[in-house]
Amino acid sequence: MHVTDVHAYYETRSGPIRAVDGVSLELNHGEILGIVGESGCGKSTLAAALSASGPPNLRIGKGKLTLDDRATVDLATSGGTPREWRGDVISLLPQRALNSLNPTSRIGDYAYDVIRAHNSKLRKREALELAGDRMVQLGLPARVLQNYPHQLSGGMRQRVVTVISTLLNPTVLIADEPTSALDVSSQKALILLLEKMMEEGMISRVMFITHDLALLSNIADRVAVMYAGEIVEIGTTREVVSRPQHPYSKALIGATLEPDPQQRKLTIQGLPGSSPDMRNPPQGCRFHPRCPYAMDICTREAPPRMGPAHNHATCWWVKQQADKGLDTGGIDRVTGERVATAS
Amino acid sequence: MSQVNASQPLLEVRHLTKVFGSRETEVRAVDDVSFTVQRGEIVAIVGESGSGKSTLARMLLRLTDATSGEILMNGTDVTQIRGSRNLKPYWREVQGIFQNPVASFNQFYSVGRVLRKTLKLTGRRYSRDEEQAKLSEALRTVGLDPVDVLPKGAHQLSGGQLQRAMIARALLVDPKILIADESTSALDASLRVTILNVLRELRDRLGMTVLFITHDIGQANYVADRVFVMYRGEMVEQGTVDEVLGNPRHEYTRRLLADVPRLGSWGDEEASTLQPVDATA
Repeated sequence: MHVTDVHAYYETRSGPIRAVDGVSLELNHGEILGIVGESGCGKSTLAAALSASGPPNLRIGKGKLTLDDRATVDLATSGGTPREWRGDVISLLPQRALNSLNPTSRIGDYAYDVIRAHNSKLRKREALELAGDRMVQLGLPARVLQNYPHQLSGGMRQRVVTVISTLLNPTVLIADEPTSALDVSSQKALILLLEKMMEEGMISRVMFITHDLALLSNIADRVAVMYAGEIVEIGTTREVVSRPQHPYSKALIGATLEPDPQQRKLTIQGLPGSSPDMRNPPQGCRFHPRCPYAMDICTREAPPRMGPAHNHATCWWVKQQADKGLDTGGIDRVTGERVATAS
Repeated sequence: MSQVNASQPLLEVRHLTKVFGSRETEVRAVDDVSFTVQRGEIVAIVGESGSGKSTLARMLLRLTDATSGEILMNGTDVTQIRGSRNLKPYWREVQGIFQNPVASFNQFYSVGRVLRKTLKLTGRRYSRDEEQAKLSEALRTVGLDPVDVLPKGAHQLSGGQLQRAMIARALLVDPKILIADESTSALDASLRVTILNVLRELRDRLGMTVLFITHDIGQANYVADRVFVMYRGEMVEQGTVDEVLGNPRHEYTRRLLADVPRLGSWGDEEASTLQPVDATA
C-alpha cells in the first residue's frame, strides 16, 4: 500500500484546520506500521481520511492511495476511499468499542451486519457460525455473540470488536488508538490478539495509531512520528526507539515513564508549550517553538528531509549535525538526555 | 475536625468495604481495605479496571457511602457524616482531581470566574485584591501565568493547561489531601510528566498529601513514595515503591509489572497463572 502526499483539513467557520499536511508512507504486506504523536498531531485524521470514516467537515485536498494491483485512487476527487472498500479492503478499528456498538443489540447481530454488508446471500445462522468459529480460533469464547455490549468488560469488548471488524479479512486494518482506554493487561491481550491474527493471515497489514510509544514499540515493525500534521521521522522501530534523530522523537522517548528505580530519582522535563494551532501553523519547521535545538533557519525555512523515504528525519538540526560529521542518535532511556555515541 | 496530633496519621482507613447489589448479585467492589497515609507523602493506588480503586476514591471523597468500615481524617471518622451541608467542611480538606478536565469546567465561564466561585465555597470573605492574589498564587503554583489564563474560557486552554487549572482550583480551598483519580492517564507522555512534576513540587514545597490512583505502574514509580496494589477489591500489597516494585510479593503485582509495555520489549514473557479479571460477566 502506498499513500502519497495526503492533505486533509477540517472546514470550520474560522478557516480550515490543516490536520494532515503532506503525508506519504508505504505499508508492506505482513507489516505493522506504528504512527505515534501527541493529540492533535493529525494521526487520527489520517486514519479517518484513509478509511473514509471522517466527520462531514473533513475534506481531502490532495492525496493518492495505491493498494496492491488495484487502481490508484485519487482521494481528493473521489471523496476519499471508495465506500465499498470499507470493512472489506480497509477496515477501521475505532478507539472506543463501546461507542461503535448498539447497546440494545447482541454482539452477534453486529457481526451479522458486518458480514451482510458485503455478502447479502449469507443467512444469519451461517454468519453467526462464521463469527463464532473465528472467535474460537482466536481463543475467545463464542458465547460472547449472545451477549449485549454492557455484559462484556472494556478489554473483552475491544477484542470482540477487533475480531468482528476483521471478519472479512481486510487487506489493511487501521487501528486508531485501540488500546488507549484499556489497562495494561487488556492492552497486552489485544496486542497478542492482533499478532495472532497476522500469523493466521486474517489481516496482512496494520496501521497502528497511538500516543503510547512504549506500547507501540512492542508491536510495530516500523514507526512514523507525526507532529503538526507531518511525519517528522520514520524508520524501523529499533532505529527510532534506540537512536531517534528528530528532537521531537527524542522528547517523546524521554518522557516515557517505566517502572525503573533510576527514573524516579530524576526530574524529567516535559516539552514546554503545546502543539500549534493548525489554522495557522508556525513558519519554517513547525516544531521550532518547542525545540531545544532550534536555530535561526528553523524559524524561516521548512526543514530538509534527511535520509531515504523509508528511513528519515525532517530537521535542520539533524542536517547540521550530519554536515559536521556528528552523530545525532542515542538517548539515555532513563533521563531522556541525548548521549554521545560513536558514529 | 479534631485537633492535629503530630504522631497521628492524616488519613487512616479501617476495614473499608463497599458492596453493590445484594445476595446473588453481590459485588464486593472494595473488600476490607485498611491503610494509613502520612502528611506530605504521595501514595499511589495501583490496579486494573474493576479492581475497586475508583470506588475507593469515591468513598474517600465521600461521594459514595461505605457499606462498612471507617475513614479517619485526623482521627475523626467521617463515614457517618451525611448530607452535603454537613460534608462541606470535609470536602474542603479532601479535594478530587479527575480524568476529564473538560467535563469539570463550565464551558461558558472564564477560568477566573470558575476559580472565584470555588474561592467563595471556602466561606471566607476576601477583598477584590486578596481574591486576585489568591487566584494568582494558585495558578503560579501549578506553573500557569495568571494574566494569560484568568480571562480565558476552558475551550481556549490546551488539555495540559486545563488539567493544571483544575489542580489550581483544588488548591484554592487549601485542602489537606488531593485525590487524583487517573487524572493524567489521558494525557500525552510529555504533558503527563509535567503534571506529575507539579504534584511532586506540591509535596516538596507545600507538604501536600496526594493519593494518586492509576493503572499505570510507570507513573506510580515516578511520582509516589509508597505504592498500594489493589486486585479484585482487595489491597494485596502495600509498601515503599522500592519494596513493591523492586521485590513484589503478590503474584498480581508481578503480573502487572510484566504486562507494562516497556520501550522495546514486554518485560519478561512470563506466563501468568492468574485469571484475568477481564472476562465476560
